[in-house]
Amino acid sequence: MAARIHGGAGAGAATALSTFNPKKLVAPSRTNLPARSSKRCIVAAAGSDASKSLRVGHSQKLIANAAVATKAETSATTGTGHELLLFEALQEGLEEEMDRDPHVCVMGEDVGHYGGSYKVTKGLADKFGDLRVLDTPICENAFTGMGIGAAMTGLRPVIEGMNMGFLLLAFNQISNNCGMLHYTSGGQFTIPVVIRGPGGVGRQLGAEHSQRLESYFQSIPGIQMVACSTPYNAKGLMKAAIRSENPVILFEHVLLYNLKEKIPDEEYICNLEEAEMVRPGEHITILTYSRMRYHVMQAAKTLVNKGYDPEVIDIRSLKPFDLYTIGNSVKKTHRDVPTPYAGTLEEWTVVQPAQIVTAVEQLCQ
Amino acid sequence: MATAFSATLPLHGSSQENRLLLPPTRLPPPSSFLGSTRSLPIRRLNHAHAARRSPVVAVQEIVKEKKPTNSLLITKEEGLVLYEDMILGRSFEDMCAQMYYRGKMFGFVHLYNGQEAVSTGFIKLLTKSDSVVSTYRDHVHALSKGVSARAVMSELFGKVTGCCRGQGGSMHMFSKEHNMLGGFAFIGEGIPVATGAAFTSKYKREVLKQDCDDVTVAFFGDGTCNNGQFYECLNMAALYKLPIIFVVENNLWAIGMSHLRSTSDPEIWKKGPAFGMPGVHVDGMDVLKVREVAKEAVSRARRGEGPTLVECETYRFRGHSLADPDELRDAAEKAKYAARDPITALKKYLIENKLANEGELKTIEKKIDDLVEEAVEFADASPQPGRSQLLENVFADPKGFGIGPDGRYRCEDPKFTEGTAQV
Repeated sequence: MAARIHGGAGAGAATALSTFNPKKLVAPSRTNLPARSSKRCIVAAAGSDASKSLRVGHSQKLIANAAVATKAETSATTGTGHELLLFEALQEGLEEEMDRDPHVCVMGEDVGHYGGSYKVTKGLADKFGDLRVLDTPICENAFTGMGIGAAMTGLRPVIEGMNMGFLLLAFNQISNNCGMLHYTSGGQFTIPVVIRGPGGVGRQLGAEHSQRLESYFQSIPGIQMVACSTPYNAKGLMKAAIRSENPVILFEHVLLYNLKEKIPDEEYICNLEEAEMVRPGEHITILTYSRMRYHVMQAAKTLVNKGYDPEVIDIRSLKPFDLYTIGNSVKKTHRDVPTPYAGTLEEWTVVQPAQIVTAVEQLCQ
Repeated sequence: MATAFSATLPLHGSSQENRLLLPPTRLPPPSSFLGSTRSLPIRRLNHAHAARRSPVVAVQEIVKEKKPTNSLLITKEEGLVLYEDMILGRSFEDMCAQMYYRGKMFGFVHLYNGQEAVSTGFIKLLTKSDSVVSTYRDHVHALSKGVSARAVMSELFGKVTGCCRGQGGSMHMFSKEHNMLGGFAFIGEGIPVATGAAFTSKYKREVLKQDCDDVTVAFFGDGTCNNGQFYECLNMAALYKLPIIFVVENNLWAIGMSHLRSTSDPEIWKKGPAFGMPGVHVDGMDVLKVREVAKEAVSRARRGEGPTLVECETYRFRGHSLADPDELRDAAEKAKYAARDPITALKKYLIENKLANEGELKTIEKKIDDLVEEAVEFADASPQPGRSQLLENVFADPKGFGIGPDGRYRCEDPKFTEGTAQV
């Protein structure tokens, strides 16, 4: 791997190389992609050089490109910026979009007067009124369908599931209508909805409140799925999802709502289809998203101390996968550890950093 | 004896007034209602079942009741429009059956024969910007709303000139131009969508401050009235006072399941008042009665007074779909309703009230025959969708297909929508 030249690679990658023995890498490639020129790998690894990459064409409208090297670089380029919690970032994104376009509205249980069960819509009903921030009765299937009908006729609803698991009740509408109506109507009707909500394992919330539905929704054609993990990408993805003409399902995580980060003051959106390079590396690729990102980063610290150089990618876009970033990374490292996520018995089933470290070590034998 | 038209127009009333529709004690003799009711309690049958007689009498009764001065319910122009629309629906569906058996269309095809009065009665009162949401039995709703016979027939043949480019088929008739919001395969699926369309109308008026009084009409069947989505939407529509009319086309059968065998209280109109909206029962084989009820329900919605639930008792002359052998329904029941054919009834009304003569009606019938023939020819001659159409409408924004391994968006590859690009 040392043979691949990194022009302008960040300092982090350079130090890692020195402790790294290329002869150890004999594991077979985990990807079935055809071999490509080695030069392409540079793009994914280089931090600030991402702006010179092929992909800048797609992100031209964005102020800050999504493919940044480390978390530290996501803070405001102007030097100011403001600190807030993840749920406030979501709220900011939502409020900015509602200010910008009067067709954007919110519907869900307790989103209005209560301010949202996780306070994402706090204050919005006072500002925009009860019809724009609609408190619905408890009927997920019907209000999701109502959001879809409203989207077909010109509005841009943001439908909140109080818990993503509740969206199982809306599966009929999401699968049959949300994903497919654009196609079955021959392109006549667009469905620009955003379906969002918290999911995942919290603190002893019980089995039914701790489900991850990503795999169920993966098979639905016509929808996009994204998962946010930091205040920066939460706001960016929320805005991008609302502006998108496609139906987007935005997965949040209960335990991440109180994450604090500094985000830019100026307006920005994140690209819905791109993955985020969290930590470039050489030795092994770890793909993650949402809460597991933090477990992985913890494990990464341990791994670095033990002499490994993991590359961590927050895939963010669950459907479609960003095969460019992921593919290049895996081709480079030839090792890939996806962190699966399931949760019933919390401590045991949620992958802990120690387990990630063990898995990496085993792979690198 | 009338159905919805006693002096108490229930549309203005509360649930109390609706009860006046039922006479205090009357039980219909068992033989007057056919179908698999022999072992079921019949005491809760609507008195209208017992009072059913020939269609001509029913129509004339409206005239006597409502307009003592003997003025008619419709003008000549209106009558001819209604007649033409019903003939179009009937001819089109008959032609569909022919084409199906000739192998020009496949899959599930659900025909509307016998129910034309409901579609014509409601939809001919709507404007172009009002929305209609239907079920899989949607050909005639699309035609009444204004979608051309050519476009519907081509869609059935799967041709690119169809209203949905051949991608929807029989059960998914959509038209943005005519605000036909589908066409849904699962029952009950369209009702929330209709509720959403009505929500948009209210939103436009109250939030965007536009001058919008569009209404939405949702059509669905008796089987759907046992489905949760129906009740959830009745609640929300009444709660938010949405401009929507829920029209139940109660044809007494859900494929092979009789309405009376599957429903604890078969009187569907009663479920409206339970949610705080008027519930009306009307004879769905009589286009003029349906039209009178529809007028009131639509103007109620336009005035911002909220939703109405209208139960139209009707009947389908054919099976549930062209694949249904239709062996379960009693021949006598079918004959009874066939004698109440809405088209025959209207024809008789128009002639007897000197609104039109045989010649004019025959001209209309010929015109429609030609139109339907031409639609078939057009559909036959139209091309099949090309391969390039394969992935074109999966996403409104094709960036949703994602970024390929080469770093570019997949949709930037011009061959991508043909499905030939490496995926």
